Amino acid sequence: MQNRLINWFKFSSPATFYPLAGRLAPIFWVLAIVLIGIGLYMSFFVAPVDYKQGDGYRIIFIHVPASWMSMFIYIVMAGWSAIGLIFNTRLSAMMAQALAPTGAMFAFVSLWTGSFWGKPMWGTWWVWDARITSELILLFLYLGYMALVGAIDDRRRADRAGAILLLVGVVNVPIIYFSVKWWNTLHQGATIKMNGQTSMDETMLQTMLIMALGFWAYSIAAAMVRVRAIILEREMGATWVRELIGDRA
Amino acid sequence: MKARHKRLILVAAGLAILGLATSLVLNALEGNLSYFFSPTEVAEGKAPADHVFRLGGMVEKGSVQRAEGDLTVRFVVTDFHKKIPVAYQGILPDLFAEGQGVIAQGKLNADGVFVADEVLAKHDENYMPPEVAAAMKAGEKARMETTAAGN
Repeated sequence: MQNRLINWFKFSSPATFYPLAGRLAPIFWVLAIVLIGIGLYMSFFVAPVDYKQGDGYRIIFIHVPASWMSMFIYIVMAGWSAIGLIFNTRLSAMMAQALAPTGAMFAFVSLWTGSFWGKPMWGTWWVWDARITSELILLFLYLGYMALVGAIDDRRRADRAGAILLLVGVVNVPIIYFSVKWWNTLHQGATIKMNGQTSMDETMLQTMLIMALGFWAYSIAAAMVRVRAIILEREMGATWVRELIGDRA
Repeated sequence: MKARHKRLILVAAGLAILGLATSLVLNALEGNLSYFFSPTEVAEGKAPADHVFRLGGMVEKGSVQRAEGDLTVRFVVTDFHKKIPVAYQGILPDLFAEGQGVIAQGKLNADGVFVADEVLAKHDENYMPPEVAAAMKAGEKARMETTAAGN
């Protein structure tokens, strides 16, 4: 037990996590490129046309995985924030910060592709229904978090303020997910349901899951690269960073 | 009790209170967060009478009538309990069809006709190739015929 705890906490120190992140990043870049490559090929050439929406539905292969990632990354960031607040670990706030731009990008992509999909199918670019509005609030939470952390000069205060914002905002995630169930919305219900039933053709489903895995790999790779930069910037005064940079300078 | 246990309790309690507050607010907002009213809700008088609101449901099969010479379309929106006749002048989205979900924005007039100034198509969460859809439809039809023959 004692041993396991020590091993686990070993990587919560920026100095030991820095090289680990450097080793993980290329693996996930390769995975991301391969998976998204296969996923895009399947999206355009393998998945069959839809009986009602024709080829227009193919935007789902970007739209749904991006929406999933935007919600999931937020939960991960809130989780890191809780850990940071409770255990006072330095790395958790850095991880939350490293994930934020990727999450914001996915929230934006979700709204953007949704708009492109909504115009031909529903007949409108935008409506203020519960699903779409709560996803927009998620994008604002990401942007607000980045702005708040960036606006406070004292790193420890910035981390704490950001962590509290993320934890307060986490109530929005279940609202996004269940909005189509709780209220009448223009947005249709979930295709992939919690109870494991799907109302989608097998090939379409596989394509969507491959794209989702590709987005996962991309998110991890981007976060690893970003967290390395953040670690270097924040630990500038530390001996190990000076030794590392000293090699190159 | 260690300091970090105190912080753990604080964070957990904070989240619990926040969750409770949110669920109370959402509960209170219930009706206002709905994007549209169903024909049954309209028939029960839940929709505002002198106000613009949205009506959502299925376009009843065989109910679409297009006027000659202009873009006026008349159809009936149903939720399989109540029906509301709708009149609309303008261009309909591509997915608009009989038996398809629709959301119309407008007002009820004195004759109980919903005069829409915007019509949006609502689609469901099912995605399948056309062959599968055709096979399912044929299967449904065969099933209906056997039950009808059984009676």
